[in-house]
Amino acid sequence: MNRRDFVKTVGGIGVAALATQNARAEDAAAPKEFVGVLVDTTLCVGCRSCEFACAKVHGFPEPDPSSDVFEKQRPTSTKQWSVVNRFETDKGEMFVKKQCMHCNQPACAAACATKAMLKTEDGPVIWRADKCMGCRFCMLSCPFDVPKFEYDSWIPKIEKCNLCWDRLQEGQKPACVEACPVEALAFGKRRDLIEMARTRIAKNPDTYVQEIYGEDDAGGTGYLYLAGVPFEQLGFRTDLGTVAYPEYTKDFLYAVPVILTLWPALLLALSNATKKEND
Amino acid sequence: MELHTDNGSRLALVLSEGRRFGRFLLSEMKPKGKIVTPFNVFAVVVLLLTTVLLVIRFTRGLAATTNLSQDFPWGIWIGFDVVTGVAFAGGAYVITFMVYILHLEKYHSIVRITVLNGFLAYVFYAGALLFDLGRPWNVINPIIGNSFGVSSVMFLVAWHFMLYMMAEFIEFSPAVAEWLGLKRMRKLLGSLTLGAVILGITLSTLHQSGLGALFLMARNKIHPLWYSEFLPILFFVSSIFAGLSMVIVEGTISEKVFSKQISREHRASHEEIIIGLARICAGTMYVYFFLKVLVFIHGQHWNYLGTPMGWWYLVEIVGFVLIPVRLFTQAVRFRNLSLIKVAAVLTLIGIVLNRLNVSIIAYKWYAVQHYVPSWMELEITLGVVVAEILVLRWIVNRMPILRDPPEWAIEQPESVQKPAYVVKEGEKKEWAVTNM
Repeated sequence: MNRRDFVKTVGGIGVAALATQNARAEDAAAPKEFVGVLVDTTLCVGCRSCEFACAKVHGFPEPDPSSDVFEKQRPTSTKQWSVVNRFETDKGEMFVKKQCMHCNQPACAAACATKAMLKTEDGPVIWRADKCMGCRFCMLSCPFDVPKFEYDSWIPKIEKCNLCWDRLQEGQKPACVEACPVEALAFGKRRDLIEMARTRIAKNPDTYVQEIYGEDDAGGTGYLYLAGVPFEQLGFRTDLGTVAYPEYTKDFLYAVPVILTLWPALLLALSNATKKEND
Repeated sequence: MELHTDNGSRLALVLSEGRRFGRFLLSEMKPKGKIVTPFNVFAVVVLLLTTVLLVIRFTRGLAATTNLSQDFPWGIWIGFDVVTGVAFAGGAYVITFMVYILHLEKYHSIVRITVLNGFLAYVFYAGALLFDLGRPWNVINPIIGNSFGVSSVMFLVAWHFMLYMMAEFIEFSPAVAEWLGLKRMRKLLGSLTLGAVILGITLSTLHQSGLGALFLMARNKIHPLWYSEFLPILFFVSSIFAGLSMVIVEGTISEKVFSKQISREHRASHEEIIIGLARICAGTMYVYFFLKVLVFIHGQHWNYLGTPMGWWYLVEIVGFVLIPVRLFTQAVRFRNLSLIKVAAVLTLIGIVLNRLNVSIIAYKWYAVQHYVPSWMELEITLGVVVAEILVLRWIVNRMPILRDPPEWAIEQPESVQKPAYVVKEGEKKEWAVTNM
């Protein structure tokens, strides 16, 4: 190796090192933003196209097309990740789509002992069969009662909306958003959706209540809702508070390492102290 | 013993020792005592039915045997078997704390039976968790480390159950060594006891409270009279008197069932032990009651007291905390053993009520269709209890649990190993009263 080559090589390594450093700095500077869906219940006409699209994409049986389904409130189920319900409100009939809220800090993911329930970097909360042990602690913890369990199977799965995680990887939108004929659903970065929702409220203050459900509820959710009537009338729980649910177990979990290290020392000291008294 | 320098004869010795040991084990496997008794017949029927139901449960899913639903993911297999069962097993960590940490020698004679009860309770009741898991083959995931959900209370509880079972087994293992006549092993295992006790108490503090912490994220689903941020502390404090009340009740039962095993001195010290335990129960129950009152006042839940759930709350607090704690206090003052037993039973009912209230009854109290366990859930729970009793009986009839350890095992130098039962003349004639 002659001198020129040596300089070239060292220089090359240096540049490469700088380049990777830059790349890393870029990664850190631009963390991924959560995506979500904005549901404008004032626009929804109750056509249930989103339900059918969801069932088709995820391989579930086609939902009952009759409008009789609106006669009662339907929860999501192991065969239906997304349902539309009808509500009688002060402003007449309203339709509300219901599915996983994709919380910013989900109770289900914090509850999961195996990380089967996972909040992805992009925002969707997904469930992974190979990790789950079926304890159903996610169901107990979810403030929206979203995860559903296959009680009738010997290899049961947890079923819930995954915001079309697979489609997002391929650059597509969630199936329900794509299927909506009246643009009652909008997909995008959560921050942009909040911006959009605020603009709509500001431009049409008479159409909307001055609130975005999910902006702060349960610590903020990926699904956001606009409504023309108070959210209580649309079947939403408005008593969930603005604290993210994992915060409720944080105090306890922080006490664990303290007790785990202090207790043995104290117990040993106590044991020695009382032993001397005996002798 | 002779020295065997010759390889052949050494081998022969090992073989003959091995054969002797094998014969001993084989003979120990045989049942001791009458085989056809009402309890045994009952046990066989219950266990056969349990086996059939478990086959159905594992081949056809949880819906085939349980009344669990999308609204009620946890039933009595969690609420009773695990959450209540573990509170009942709290006696082991409390008694080992008193004997090995505080050196209250008076209680030494009940350490083994209590630790054995605790160990088996964890094996069977926490083990019953496997019936409830939808995908039990993945239960190793949080343990082997391919998926550490460290932010999960369930993760903590799972690890602690596993570690605590090991600690309990180590605490209990000297009895196994004594049974098998393994002298050097006995010495080694005995030297591990204090470490296992310290680990066990630490783990118990955390997972007894951890069972309460499981319900912290269900805050909007549990009735405000039962939900509290202090659930972990309430569960921990109540596990102390729950465990000790169980020791009192179990002690009373095994005194009758295993009366042949119990030595005269042991029997005589029994009264003092029961009164001592009752005193601790009373103390911790006052603390618990005070905590409950504080939580109630701070929660400002007066308005709920007039509702049916409010009356139910008062039944639990007055009927099964306040009344038994008064009974304990009175009974200790007048040295009334039968009153202590009544108080202990009431306390245990109160713990069942409390744990079931938090996990099932007050959970989604607003639901139109509330969960009620199916007969199959109850039967399998009964099967778990019966199986535990059979194993307990098998062990007590063979190993030195209630009876004195063999001569060679007693001469340990530690002060801990001194016989704990020094009986005064005055007390001796009273033991008949204890035995009623």
